[in-house]
This record gives sequence, C-alpha cells and structure tokens, in this order.
Amino acid sequence: MTAPANTVGVHVLRSAAAAGRVRARRKLYQGFGFYAFVAGFVVFCLAPFVWTLLTSLKGPTTIFEVPIRYLPTPPNLSNYVDIFGLDRFRWALLNSTIVASSATAISLVIGSLCAYAIARLNFPCKNLLLALILGIAMFPGIAIIGPLFRQFNAWGLTNNYLALILPNVTFTLPICIWTLTAFFSELPSELEDSARVDGCTRMQAFYKITVPLSAPGVFTASILLFIQAWNEFLFARTFMSQPNRLTATVAIAQFEGADQAAQYPWGQITAASIVITLPLVILVLLFQRRIVSGLTAGAIKG
Amino acid sequence: MATTTGRLPGRWAGAGLANAWARRGTQEGAEARLGLLLAAPAFVTILLIAVIPLAQTILDSLFQISLKFENAPRPFVGLDNYGSALSDDSWFNALRVTGLVAGASVAAELVLGMIIALLINHAFRGRGLVRAAVLVPWALTTVVSAKMWAWIYDGRYGIANDLLMRLHLIDQPIIFLVRPEITIWAMVAAEIWKTTPFMALILLAGLQLIAQELYEAAALDGASRWQAFWRVTLPILRPTILVALLFRTIDAVRMFDLPRVLTNGGPGRSTETVVLYAYNTFFTSLNFGYGSTLAVVIFLIVTCVSFIFIKVLGAPTQGARR
Repeated sequence: MTAPANTVGVHVLRSAAAAGRVRARRKLYQGFGFYAFVAGFVVFCLAPFVWTLLTSLKGPTTIFEVPIRYLPTPPNLSNYVDIFGLDRFRWALLNSTIVASSATAISLVIGSLCAYAIARLNFPCKNLLLALILGIAMFPGIAIIGPLFRQFNAWGLTNNYLALILPNVTFTLPICIWTLTAFFSELPSELEDSARVDGCTRMQAFYKITVPLSAPGVFTASILLFIQAWNEFLFARTFMSQPNRLTATVAIAQFEGADQAAQYPWGQITAASIVITLPLVILVLLFQRRIVSGLTAGAIKG
Repeated sequence: MATTTGRLPGRWAGAGLANAWARRGTQEGAEARLGLLLAAPAFVTILLIAVIPLAQTILDSLFQISLKFENAPRPFVGLDNYGSALSDDSWFNALRVTGLVAGASVAAELVLGMIIALLINHAFRGRGLVRAAVLVPWALTTVVSAKMWAWIYDGRYGIANDLLMRLHLIDQPIIFLVRPEITIWAMVAAEIWKTTPFMALILLAGLQLIAQELYEAAALDGASRWQAFWRVTLPILRPTILVALLFRTIDAVRMFDLPRVLTNGGPGRSTETVVLYAYNTFFTSLNFGYGSTLAVVIFLIVTCVSFIFIKVLGAPTQGARR
C-alpha cells in the first residue's frame, strides 16, 4: 500500500507526499462512509418508533390519507386525549405499574440474598441452584401455564395482581441474580471482613457494607427487571380477564378504540404505544451505559 | 470445589446436605447453613412456580382433560396424547414454521449483528447516541413492536408500501399480511429488527475484550484483515457468539407475542408457531391434556437445543460462579 521508499531523492519525497494525500483522502472517504453507515443503522433502529410517534400526532383524517402525509402538520394531540379518556387504558397503566414494580422489588430482595450466597459463600447444592437458575432463563412459559391457570383459578387468584407478580418474580430472578452476582464478586471481600472484625455479623456486613456499595448494580438490575416485567404478555393475557385488571401489553393487543364502529383506530393505538413505551425509552436514554454493562456482563462471563 | 460432571445432581445434593449437617458447629458448617438460608427464597420460588407446575404439566399430558364442560371425566390415556401429536398435521406445520422463523431470523441476526459490531468497534463521536438507539428496539415491548409493524405493513396506509413505491422497487402495493409466503417473511423482518441490535451489542462487548496486540502480531505475520477476522477474531469471540446464539435461538423457539399480535398465526396457519399452537390448544380448544403434551414437547425441544449449545460451549454454569 505505501509508496516504495528506496527510490532516490526528490522522488522519495514526492511519492511520500502523494501517498500521504491519498491516505488522507481515503481516510476522509472512510470517515464519511463510516458515519453514513452509523447514521443508516441509527435510522434502522429508530424508524418504526419515529413513524409511530408521527402517526400518533396526526388527526383522524390525516392518518387515512392517500398518498401518505409523512409529517403531522399541524400536530394534533386528540389521540392522546382520547386514550386517556378511556377507563381501560388508565387502568392498564396502573396495573402494569403495580405488577412490574412489585415484581421488581420482590425479585431484588430474593435475588440479592441468593446472589450474595453465590458470590461469597460455599454451600451444598450450589451447582444445582446455578443449573436451576440457568434453566429458568431458558424456560418456556407455556410449559407451566396450564397448571398455573388451573391452580390460580382454584385459589381465586385470577384477576389478582399476585397471579402476575409471582411468575414475573420467578422469570426475572436469573437476570437479577446474574447481574448482582457479578457485582458482588467485584467488591473486595476485605471490606466485609474488616466490618466483621469490628463486630458486625455476616448479615450486618451484607446489608451495611455490601448492599450500599453495590447500589449501582442493584439499580442496573432493577431497570432490567422492570423492563422485563413491564413487557410480559403470555401470563398477563392468561391470568387477567376483567377489563380493569388487564396490563398495558394486553390492553394494547386487544385495543378496540373509543369508538368501536369506526375504522381500526390506528391513531389511538399508536398513541397508546407511545405512552406505554415512553417509560422504557426514557430509562434507556438515561441509563444506556449501565444497561449495556449489565446486559453484557452476564452474557460474556456466562 | 470439585466439578460435578458425571455425578447425579440429586445424589450430589443429598451428600452435600448430609455433609453440611455433619459439619454443623464448625466455621465451614455455619457458612454452608447461611448460604442455604440465603438461597432458600429463590430456591423455593423456582420450585413452586416452575418445577412443580412443570411436573404437573407432564402428569396432565397423560390424561384427557377438557375444560369445555364442568365435571367432564378426565380419563388416564397414557401416551395417547403423544401419539396424537405424531399424527397432527397442524403441529408439524407449527414445528416447520417455528424452525423456519427461528433459523432465518437467528442466522440473519448473527450476520448483521457481527457486521454492525465490527464496524462500530472503535471510539468515535456520537457513540452514546448509537448505543441508545440500539437499545430502543431491545427495550420496546414486543406487543407494541408487533402493532407498529402491523401499521407499517398496512395494505393501504402502510409506510412500507409507500417507501417501496417511491423508490420504484415495486409498482404494485404488496399486501404483506395476507399472502402466506410473504407474511412469514414480513414477520421474520419484524423479529430481526427487534433483536439484531441486541446481538450487535453482545458481540461488540466481546470484541472489546480482544487485545489490539493480537491484530498487530497477525499483521506482522502477514495476515490480511480477512484472515485476521477468521483466525483471531472468530476463535476468541466463539464463546460470546455461542452464548448469544443460545439465548436468541431459545427466544425464537419460545416466540409467542409477535405472531399472536401481528398475524395471530394467519393467514391460515402459515405463521402459527409451536407456542401459539399449544396456547390455542389450551385456551381456545380448552384441551388441557393435549395442550400439556405439546407444552412438554416444547420444553424438551428447548432443553435439547440448550444441551447442544452447552455441550459445544462447555458448562456455562461454571462461568456464573466467577
């Protein structure tokens, strides 16, 4: 690639300068091509979301116009007003919030204790436990849905938040335990040892030293768990049937709109989609670095 | 601790418990008991919500259970349900659909994800923006993404047709969700959109662990970039690739939300995945015996897939301990 350097005098300088110019130009093209690729990739990732946002801001007639009008001019918030006027939708948001945050909290408590044991202690059945956790991460929910459905029916738990919180806790445990185990293992155990020398019990050392120090890990885990629980669909669809007990995912899948006689209500569906995913998108934008490190830590170490 | 390969986990667990009991009072014994105590809530949760119901599903699969009528008899039928599955065309169709969708989408994700990861594998301005953009499809609710794609694919007002027409790639609008041979690929495209970014992210994290010196050494030895990719990058990245493939393949086999909301398995049964078919057997046909049978088979498929990957990979449970 580089110019031959063993020619004489001026030639050397000239060809070197020429090579330098070529290289600089190539670098420029490469830089340009690179950013064009990156821009294309970002558009690829965001386009469906942006299109949904644009649609949600259109008035009822603009949406169903041919040829398509890309920009909502003027923007119109009527779809958002409509969906927030629906009892079902407001319930759905509340239900999802209750289920996802309870499941996250419970999973964090159970998972952090378990993760601490895995990271710090030697105990029997440890490998069995690790295998079980890996199994849960790959477990198909359909394989337990029949018995859970019948059991929850028998116990009167259908349309009860508990029927969703319990499976969500179970299926968020693997990510919770993996993220926190990785975090606890990175904390030097000397910190706890010295606390114990000063008279703390092991549990005191855990919740006075380890937990506060791993707040970033707990926070990362809670975001991952919340997103997973918020997005859950299979169990939510099965165990909840009353209109005011549906979660957001089920509500949007069954959305019929305020006026059922009208055309399929794409305006309201897109608006509801934006409202439901906005919390997630905000979490992602604010905490992208943490989320990426949390996600990849498990995958790479595992 | 000794490795447990070749030992029965149950026997090993029993021996471990006995051991912990024998060592009670010692420092080690105290540690073992505390460990068991702390792990117990997770253990019990998994047992109650996953292991016991799974056992119940296996048991149910041996009975004929219909919830259509209250107090209907529930005779024991042995392996008859499994026999029915072997002659059920719809089930084989669902297997074929799942295999096709999982194979095509995971393969495309791996190739695309690898290209993206290689290209963005160095520091550049706006990297945070890219990372955030990548996470949007990943974090997005699958149900919502299915609705989005249904709107994009809409026959008359959908933007997909509009863009393709404007670019003169087609001169007639395509009715994406009506013709089976097109619908299945439309679904695969939606799946690829949602999961490729995540694949790229995982692979990128793996790439960043490769020491630059290795490439310099390879270049000194006269390797081209292409050779360096095959001889340096891929071998080192292998565990990462396998883990990513394992989880993506299993997710694809478990696929339910996307076909349920985008097409509901249609047109006909052309996009009906195994989980969707089993789900409909449970909750539309209310046939809990046969549904359980299909669920057990799905569980076995997932188990086989993961065993194959783990065999190739070496036990990943060991990794989680580090």
